[in-house]
Amino acid sequence: MLAAIELVKRYDGPRETVAALAGASLRIEAGELAIVQGPSGSGKTTLLLACGGLLAPDDGRVLVEGQDLYRMTPNERAAFRARTIGVIFQQYHLVPYLTVRENIMAAALAVSDARAGDRAHDLAARFGLGDREEHVPAALSTGERQRTALARAFLNRPRLILADEPTGNLDAANAETVLAALAEFARGGGAVLLVTHDPRAAPYGARTIAMKAGSIGAPA
Amino acid sequence: MRILGLVLREIRYRRLSFALGVLSVAVAVGCLAAELAYLGRYGAARQAQIDAKIDATAAAMRRMEDDYRVITKRMGFNVQIFPRAQDLAEFHAAGHGTVFMPEENAEKLARSPVVSVQHILPVLQQKTAWPERGRTVILIGTRAEIPGGAGAAKKPVLDPVPAGAAVVGWCLHRDFGIAQGDRIVFRGRELAVAGRHEERGTADDISLWVNLAEAQEMLGLPGKISAILALSCQCEGAAIEGIRAEVAAILPDTQVIEYSFQAQARREARARAARARSDAVGGEESFAEASRRAWEEFAAALVPVVAAACFAWIGVLALLNVRERRSEIGILRALGVRARDILVIFLAKAGLVGATGALIGYFGGIAALRAASPAGVPLFSAGLFAAAMLGAPVLAMLASWLPALMAARQDPAAVLREE
Repeated sequence: MLAAIELVKRYDGPRETVAALAGASLRIEAGELAIVQGPSGSGKTTLLLACGGLLAPDDGRVLVEGQDLYRMTPNERAAFRARTIGVIFQQYHLVPYLTVRENIMAAALAVSDARAGDRAHDLAARFGLGDREEHVPAALSTGERQRTALARAFLNRPRLILADEPTGNLDAANAETVLAALAEFARGGGAVLLVTHDPRAAPYGARTIAMKAGSIGAPA
Repeated sequence: MRILGLVLREIRYRRLSFALGVLSVAVAVGCLAAELAYLGRYGAARQAQIDAKIDATAAAMRRMEDDYRVITKRMGFNVQIFPRAQDLAEFHAAGHGTVFMPEENAEKLARSPVVSVQHILPVLQQKTAWPERGRTVILIGTRAEIPGGAGAAKKPVLDPVPAGAAVVGWCLHRDFGIAQGDRIVFRGRELAVAGRHEERGTADDISLWVNLAEAQEMLGLPGKISAILALSCQCEGAAIEGIRAEVAAILPDTQVIEYSFQAQARREARARAARARSDAVGGEESFAEASRRAWEEFAAALVPVVAAACFAWIGVLALLNVRERRSEIGILRALGVRARDILVIFLAKAGLVGATGALIGYFGGIAALRAASPAGVPLFSAGLFAAAMLGAPVLAMLASWLPALMAARQDPAAVLREE
């Protein structure tokens, strides 16, 4: 499903160039939930963004369902991402002026889907947001916000979900909900790349990938 | 939900930002609408004043020209037409014509399309004795001026003397103590004194004016006249050569002399009057034109200044909006929304700001002007309204173009990584 091959990404610092990714490679198959762990600054988020087609590596390739993301034009990549990849972030990134339902539907802005509204309603119900559909993010709890972001990631029926510390701000119950949903997605044939420090995630992952200084170590 | 829905929800959420944008456009459009409407009204009122002044000036000048005409007319006839056989040396020596021509010549001339002379008056003039008083006088027989074929009847230069009446020159009524209304006997014919002339210092002072038919009878020259008196007009071709050519074409057996001093004075006076009128009216028209141009220049300078201020303000608001929405843009891009759609989101908002501002501003400006000056003035202009409704959104979108482009080119990864 996802193959990252020898990814290199450097950032120019004030004094020196920092290699956020230094030849990182990984492969995640359909039906697999892989957990990436590593200390802060090890390149986890950079890896996730590169795998999502959001950050072009200086070197290396990213293949999703066999297609090289960075050989596509920006518009092709955006369309591909909208159809194929769901993303979840620690900070939720909900649009502040849209309701829960509209935030979930925001994922359909890039695709033409007449049934997006119905699916958004179903997803809201599935993640316990049925009575909060018309609320804006400011009126939600932290857990509700993350569940909204989770529902949004699922809207377009992606085959790959990239999650960056999705449980970082959540209590145990909400973390359980999020992790269970990701695991269920994987069991349904999807692939999940989960970047997290959260030890609660370990039981849900098929394998854990350790990152250090931009490189990926041996599977734990 | 589509892009427009997203735009409308964002506008509702950030009402203040939208209101500030709308306010700036409304103020700009309102100022322009009110200013241009005011200028239009002011211009119309000023033009009406100037037109009235031009009309008044033209009327005054026409009156002056007419006065000149009347004054110069009082100088008397300045053209005389004699039979060709008249020896002018003899005429000057005798003080009157000595050769005669048919009176119908005068009728013929008056009925012709001749334009260079007017006030056609046949006269029979002879130096003759006044046996009853033992004096030599100049007897002048006249009749009413013969009206021409075209134009309104003119006031005669010389009033006709009715049959049985006489008008007496200065020396005669002074020497014989003749008063108006007296009855005198001339060559056996009793005549009533219908008028007395003041001293003129010419042969008129020893002249006696009687009805032409009676003069012809008294002198034994029935149907004859010695000259046709006329007044040269001030039109094209009225110089003596032109008059002679015209008259010769009608009355080939005649000759024309002009009293050049009178004719010249009349021509100059009327030419000056006409020039004065032209200068005065021209001056008013120049002033009106300069005034109108000054206002147009003012309006032309005002429009770009107001538009530029509004343009800059909209640009600043758009830039602030882009900065405020960095995270939103980042996640929308991460969700697959294309850069082009991000551009559309910001430009659509700018267009709505421009259209709403133009609508409010135009009618607000007109309403303010109407409230300030309720005089009935055509304030609404469909053309200006259409220009505002098209121009303001376009200008707002142009002002927001750079910030919108920055938003579209924003690196989503940079935003997502930062947060």
